[in-house]
Amino acid sequence: MTVEQRKITITINGLRHSVTVEPRMLLSDMLRHELGLTGTHVGCEHGVCGACTILLDGRSARSCLTLAIQADGAEIETVEGQGTAEALGRVQQAFRDHHALQCGFCTPGFIMTITDILRNHALSGDDEIREALSGNICRCTGYEHIVAAVRELLREKDSRP
Amino acid sequence: MKPAVFDYVRAESVAHAAEVLAGAGGDGKVIAGGQSLMPMMNFRLVKPSVLVDINAIAGLDRVELVGSRIRVGALVRHFMTARDPLIAQRAPVVTAAMKHVAHLTVRNRGTFCGSVCHADPAAEMPMMTVMLDGEIHAVSTRGKRMIPINEFFAGSLVTSLEPDEVVTAIDLATMPPNMGFGFHEFARRHGDYALAAVAVLMRRENGRPRDVRIAVMGLGEMPSRIPTAETVIEGNELSDLTIARAVESLRAAVSPNTDLHASADYRRHLAGALAKRAIGDAWLRAREAEPA
Ligand SMILES: Cc1cc2nc3c(=O)[nH]c(=O)nc-3n(C[C@H](O)[C@H](O)[C@H](O)COP(=O)(O)OP(=O)(O)OC[C@H]3O[C@@H](n4cnc5c(N)ncnc54)[C@H](O)[C@@H]3O)c2cc1C
Ligand code: FES
Ligand code: FES
Repeated sequence: MTVEQRKITITINGLRHSVTVEPRMLLSDMLRHELGLTGTHVGCEHGVCGACTILLDGRSARSCLTLAIQADGAEIETVEGQGTAEALGRVQQAFRDHHALQCGFCTPGFIMTITDILRNHALSGDDEIREALSGNICRCTGYEHIVAAVRELLREKDSRP
Repeated sequence: MKPAVFDYVRAESVAHAAEVLAGAGGDGKVIAGGQSLMPMMNFRLVKPSVLVDINAIAGLDRVELVGSRIRVGALVRHFMTARDPLIAQRAPVVTAAMKHVAHLTVRNRGTFCGSVCHADPAAEMPMMTVMLDGEIHAVSTRGKRMIPINEFFAGSLVTSLEPDEVVTAIDLATMPPNMGFGFHEFARRHGDYALAAVAVLMRRENGRPRDVRIAVMGLGEMPSRIPTAETVIEGNELSDLTIARAVESLRAAVSPNTDLHASADYRRHLAGALAKRAIGDAWLRAREAEPA
């Protein structure tokens, strides 16, 4: 069997990248190892923990269950696109305000899931918030604070014209 | 890199996908949502030599009414199935079951057809396909064929699909408007695979249940109907005693596993409790929907 290297073009956080990958390279590994975008964390590598969640063409996806080559031509958003230490993104700021991060391992995955929720889902009430977050696991058990952050973000979104 | 080496082809059409699979000598695999296949490949439980990605094929992401059946295309994702108005109207038991399927992010990618092809005994979509007399449309370079669901599942994670066949869609029966339904599931965390689930359909005619269907999942090697329990209810007055007898025959008919999540005994206990609730809901809805 030929172990072929393929050249792919991906837009990540608005910047175009050309990367050479083996078909079996996971998107999570490409982001971290080839591009140095280590904000995308890797926990379980079988879709359960949510740490590796990114946005693929505007919707959240597990980067550990996506091949880099599948993202050829796609638009990817990672936590690096949310903001900087000096100018936090809106979701990041809400996490900070509500003490929603402790060790921070799960945080990038939560932030990307929440970005999908804010863009694509109308949620009402804590039960729906909790359900929407149920695919992300926080080993520091920061859930109450994370729910509080989302509650504020949704309130803010609803009050915008 | 976790998966073993493979070649990757982005299929441009169903015919193209079928050609690539035919050339793979039985060793090719289709990838749809990848939400079950990629974990298996990451663990190297599956090592295809060629991976055929069908995500770029146009026209496979539709839910449509074809005659009296609902056709679900191979790229209809879980989130689309869950909120599809046609399914909600003509097969509401599916909408009810979809509420229990996976989490937001997995639902963005996973597909109805992929789940049926994966044939996990604890997955909702295979169970719904059993419940609604599903037919699987498969295409290979040898032609098209339609596989009735009772010839499809062959065991846990095993189906009668040939390795060179691509599933293009699955057809489901629609429910008559006066058909009541019940769906109950128990999972340890919302969206996780169920320990057990029971779904029930029935109509009410002259005060008695008719066209009773009872399906279970997570309680054996594959999702299945439980004809012995259906017979207990069919055409008989739905008293507490009838329900108790149906629940008893259901518990006797299932053969659950013991694994690290639950014992066989506990699963059998759940089966009974869930069946009782699902029968109750189906009857209530059937009464509300009975023509005057
Ligand atoms: C954390 C997590 C939780 C989950 N929870 C649930 C749950 O509660 N309930 C549930 O039902 N599922 C659950 N799933 C599984 C999920 O629903 C999967 O998406 C689904 O089982 C498979 O669909 P897929 O499109 O991702 O298929 P893939 O992973 O792409 O493929 C699965 C199998 O089907 C074959 N296949 C797929 N499409 C075709 C086709 N068109 N033609 C021929 N073969 C095909 C593939 O070759 C492979 O063998 C969960 C998954 C994860 C990661
Ligand atoms: S690393 Fe991808 S879901 Fe856990
Ligand atoms: S903050 Fe530590 S894992 Fe969530």
